[in-house]
Amino acid sequence: MIDPREKIIKERFRNIKRIVSVAAGKGGVGKTLIATSLALALSRRKYKVGLFDLDFYGPSCHVVLGVKDIFPKEEKGIIPPTVYNISLMSIIFFAKEEPLPLRGKEVSDAIIELMAITRWGSLDFLIIDLPPGIGEETLEVIRFLRDSEFLLITTPSKLSLEVVQRLIKLLKSTNVNILGLIENMAMNNYMGVSKKLADKNGIQFLGSIRFDKEIESAIGNPEKLVSTQFFTELEKIVERIFLTNQSHQY
Amino acid sequence: MHEWALAEAVLTTVLDIAAKENAEKILEIDIVMGELQQIDMETFKFALENLVKGTIAENARIVFETEKAVLKCNVCGYEWSFGEIIEKLDEEAREAIHFIPEVFHAYIACPVCGSRDFDVVRGRGVYIKSIKVLGGGK
Repeated sequence: MIDPREKIIKERFRNIKRIVSVAAGKGGVGKTLIATSLALALSRRKYKVGLFDLDFYGPSCHVVLGVKDIFPKEEKGIIPPTVYNISLMSIIFFAKEEPLPLRGKEVSDAIIELMAITRWGSLDFLIIDLPPGIGEETLEVIRFLRDSEFLLITTPSKLSLEVVQRLIKLLKSTNVNILGLIENMAMNNYMGVSKKLADKNGIQFLGSIRFDKEIESAIGNPEKLVSTQFFTELEKIVERIFLTNQSHQY
Repeated sequence: MHEWALAEAVLTTVLDIAAKENAEKILEIDIVMGELQQIDMETFKFALENLVKGTIAENARIVFETEKAVLKCNVCGYEWSFGEIIEKLDEEAREAIHFIPEVFHAYIACPVCGSRDFDVVRGRGVYIKSIKVLGGGK
């Protein structure tokens, strides 16, 4: 018995120049906010951008973008709807507001299905928002999207730093490309802890984003989000890693 | 899964297998269709017939087997068939399950204990059971 879906996945991602998977060890470190803001920052610079929410238990890129009542178009597969010039694909289009309790194999099946039916078309960047940890979502990205570059997020908390190290080890053992580590919610009294961890693990430290008290009020409102301190600091990192240094290795 | 996307996936896969076997022509494709995916056979056939044109799979005989879907509750052990409940789902839920079968957990619960934690015993996916080729192996 051969599963025909797996062969078509490569075809679906063929015309995407760069795939960036935003990942972390722990939840609550700002992956979704960073992934969605990264997509916004790139799309504001006129790049063609896709955003793939692969967090099936807690999909929330659409919450950051403040969108609802949208659905993909059917055309020899499904075409992601466009919001703020970003092509968005998420399980919420299918599960709506309902909880989706999936076991391991089912998570893999749902990912493969989504990858096999989604027609992204030509993109400069596809940003993938991964759930925390090293479960099926991360493993399927490693398996099917070998060109994906990983952008890792941590906070200065020991809890986050400890767990992101395991993710770094896993990624290094599978020889995927790690862009580097971003420290989110940085605090003055813990300066340098994330950089130290990046150095120790032989990956690049990409910069810090300070804790922004105003950020919560900007969730769901991209116009406001782009004027926050958080977004400005993320943009500086985006400029540095994606726009000034285009050389990257696969 | 969407019929056109599925037809494209089936064709890509069989062409790949045939190429590895150095086959000159694909004579028959045997496909197992899980009930859960609710594939519209007419649309699928139409899509596949269109896509095979000009390939070595043109004029291949397509054989379908349908596998009934059976679900089993992980909490109370009750087994039931998808056919029993499909009619009770609204159009939106059916369409969502058609695209991504795993979202049935969002719309279906065990008829006995109400749990959404259940497994699909059989009838979930679509598989290529075998292909017959000319000039290569089976």
